[in-house]
Amino acid sequence: MIPIEITVNGRRYRETVPARLLLSDFIRHTLGLTGTHVGCEHGVCGCCTIILDGTSIRSCLFLAVQADGSELRTVEGLAGGGELTALQRAFRERHALQCGFCTPGILMAAVDFLGRHPEPSREQVVGLLSGHLCRCTGYEPIVEAILDAAGER
Amino acid sequence: MRQQWVGRPLPRFEDEALLRGAGRYLDDLDPAPNACHAAVLRSQLAHARIAKLDPSAALELPGVVGVLTGADVAELSRPFPAGVDCPIPYRAAAVDVARYAGEPLAVVVARDRYVAEDALELVEVDYEPLEPVLDPLTAAATERLLASDRSFRYGDPESALASAHLVVRERFAFPRWSGTPLECYGVVADWDEATGSLTAWANFQGPFTLHSVAAAALGLPGSKLRLITPPDSGGSFGIKSTVYAYVVLMGLASRKLGVPVRWIEDRLEHLAGSSGATARITDVEAGFSADGELLALRYDVVEDVGAYVRAPEPATLYRMHGSLSGAYRVRHVAARNRVVTTNRCPTGLNRGFGGPQLYFALERTMAIAARRLSLDPAELARRNLIRADEQPYRTPSGGLYDSGDYAACLDDALRLARYEERVAERDRARSEGRLVGIGVACIVEPSISNMGYITLARTPEQRAGELPKSGNAEGASVQVSPLGGITVRVATAGQGQGHATVCAQIVADQLGVGPADVEVITEMDTSTSAWTVSSGSYSSRFSGVSAGAVLRAAERVAAKARRIAAHLLECDPDDVELAGGRAVVTGSADGISLRRVAGVAHWNPEALPPGLEPGLQATAFHAAPNLDPPDADDRIASSAAHGFVADVAVVEVERETGRVLVLDYVSVHDAGRLLNPLLAAGQVRGSFAHGAGVALLERTVYDADGNLLTGSFMDYLCLTAPELPPLTTGHRQSPSPFTPLGAKGLGEGTTMSVPAAIGNAVADALGRDDIELPLTAPRVWELLA
Ligand code: FES
Ligand code: FES
Repeated sequence: MIPIEITVNGRRYRETVPARLLLSDFIRHTLGLTGTHVGCEHGVCGCCTIILDGTSIRSCLFLAVQADGSELRTVEGLAGGGELTALQRAFRERHALQCGFCTPGILMAAVDFLGRHPEPSREQVVGLLSGHLCRCTGYEPIVEAILDAAGER
Repeated sequence: MRQQWVGRPLPRFEDEALLRGAGRYLDDLDPAPNACHAAVLRSQLAHARIAKLDPSAALELPGVVGVLTGADVAELSRPFPAGVDCPIPYRAAAVDVARYAGEPLAVVVARDRYVAEDALELVEVDYEPLEPVLDPLTAAATERLLASDRSFRYGDPESALASAHLVVRERFAFPRWSGTPLECYGVVADWDEATGSLTAWANFQGPFTLHSVAAAALGLPGSKLRLITPPDSGGSFGIKSTVYAYVVLMGLASRKLGVPVRWIEDRLEHLAGSSGATARITDVEAGFSADGELLALRYDVVEDVGAYVRAPEPATLYRMHGSLSGAYRVRHVAARNRVVTTNRCPTGLNRGFGGPQLYFALERTMAIAARRLSLDPAELARRNLIRADEQPYRTPSGGLYDSGDYAACLDDALRLARYEERVAERDRARSEGRLVGIGVACIVEPSISNMGYITLARTPEQRAGELPKSGNAEGASVQVSPLGGITVRVATAGQGQGHATVCAQIVADQLGVGPADVEVITEMDTSTSAWTVSSGSYSSRFSGVSAGAVLRAAERVAAKARRIAAHLLECDPDDVELAGGRAVVTGSADGISLRRVAGVAHWNPEALPPGLEPGLQATAFHAAPNLDPPDADDRIASSAAHGFVADVAVVEVERETGRVLVLDYVSVHDAGRLLNPLLAAGQVRGSFAHGAGVALLERTVYDADGNLLTGSFMDYLCLTAPELPPLTTGHRQSPSPFTPLGAKGLGEGTTMSVPAAIGNAVADALGRDDIELPLTAPRVWELLA
């Protein structure tokens, strides 16, 4: 068991974890932040995407101990207790989610992406989504939502 | 003024929580505190005798609670019943013989999942390999593997074929694939020894006939299997219907070990051991007159359902039975249906459910006929489409189509696709040596399945000795609290379709409130929800029958509220209107709030009209009105409502790589009245993506020994955003006379049509008929070589 200290959505957690504990399991089950989802545990689906020290990563490919000392952002931290962000609102307006299982990962990837590409082209957004699976929406509404959110910034 | 909410493109109420990460999916819940974690030991071979299965080393590992083996499963449960008498019984785990790679052999239960997985590796298994059978045609010739063989004949297909000017004879193979929801299966099972009952939480989607199947396997009366679904489910597309087998498996583990058991399937398990669509081989004979009239159709179908006939199979084969003639007027139809088992994971519900398989064969046949008759495929379709004035139309096999102008939809699609220009462009491109093709598909999209269709797998003589099955019914409750709060409870076990929003729209219209004033509870609980065997989300039944139950319940509450208000306002109930959260006397300013009406019903029964029950709540059931059991001639209305889809695909094949580029895709849908056009568009697009997936990319592959080659998302390639073809849609709205709101299902049509339309386009581009799905670059490239 290894002691770690991780900040998630501005809140500091000190925990003792087994060395092999996945970061995704740590977030979901140790911290109870179940907004981060797990769809494959092998780095393909993108459901588990979070932001670690400013960069989006797949939390299923990290161990919790690797995140020791890091700052994490998860979907719960986007709006906090307040109003939905422009990106989240755009997802609702465009009906860019159905089951919502892929959504938190895509939102976090999009937050990171829009930070780097404030005025993205459609191709860039489609390119971003090439790393995420969504089985419900057929992607197009997600592309539209991300472009809408970019336009509002 | 009275607002009409149904029909508006309202964004969803569900989204607020989901966008905050506050959804409640199965693995987010902790319904049975201190549950132990299960891991499933699975067969590494496709077919093997399990000579030895020794868990003793696993049991020594600290943290391990116990092991449930196949032998325990045999002792504690019965085989699952299915629609046909199968020589190979299906149980929740293999007993003595494993019949597919990935089949459960044992369950290890431990204090945590990591330890449970460690312990799996300590279970000693000795396999004695047996010869696997992977080829469905070999299976069809092997008595023990042929689970069902039935022939159907409507009209006089032999004479019609004999007199035909052209007979097309072709074989079509449809691949096995899976909708692969992003959330995998999950079960929490809690056996109560004191009462001998099982409570299970599972992301099950229905049909709840399968609750009866699970209860039968457990040897429990239905009341002692309490099945609860979480409020949110991460997609299903039919696939999660089969989680019932794991409800039984984990229920037995909980029973044997005396602890609540929690099992969350991982993706590798999901791809190896959950479910998928059937693989089908169809030999078609189709007779045409010289001017293109389709005179007769004969199908010879071999349906591969995997290692076991697992309920509700062989339903995939019969779901479309009333639509064997598709969208066409042909009156002479025959089918031979053989269901075979092979050493692959068993199949089950999957978006489209039989439709993609049927229409790929039928629509490819139409395209081939058009070419041989030197007719334009759209023109050939038009000559054969059922006409608007023939609706409602009874198909030869008993289907009852409800409404719609199919030719007008086709014309819309051709117009949207600029069909004639496209044809000219194609011909020009061809003269430059490019491989451009155009494909058309016209399909009827059935929705709201007749629970009786599965009995077609049995002969009329067998059926005569059994209780008939028919129909498709659903229940719902609406209640108004003492303070006027409105709560709806449904049993649809949805998976992201937006049922809560649409239910709120329906109830808002009836009670004269806003949809935001209506709470919708989507947790399904077999002990407390109003449900029937047909409850659940499958066969696109929500907008037709589940919405109907909600409407009926809301109508009853509204009628009662008007009676109470009329009594208080001293007028006739017919003069009371519910609007703006009030009950008002039509044409006057008099009125009282709905809250006050509810308050009287709860707080002051003395003030109610004489004889009226206190409380303000109604539970209603609604059944589709047009779904009889199969008749003695094997005719059946297999679905209650029928939409229509007309598609045009334009593709170009890259000569150097074999890559198929979809340049344009147009789909025009008539799904009756749209209850929420925003959500309807989402269903059509999602269904399109699944159809495009199996057309271009997706396939479950086993090698010659039955090893799964597509066992991860690195190998089972789902369509991603860059690969998704562009889609243009159009809608017509011909209300169904058979559903209360005139709506028809629409979430499966494009999954049925797209493989056919893209297949036709690629065949046109290549100028050859022997194409096979999915049309991946390597396979198309081989055809070019
Ligand atoms: S769960 Fe991490 S990428 Fe799929
Ligand atoms: S919304 Fe269901 S997977 Fe994307």
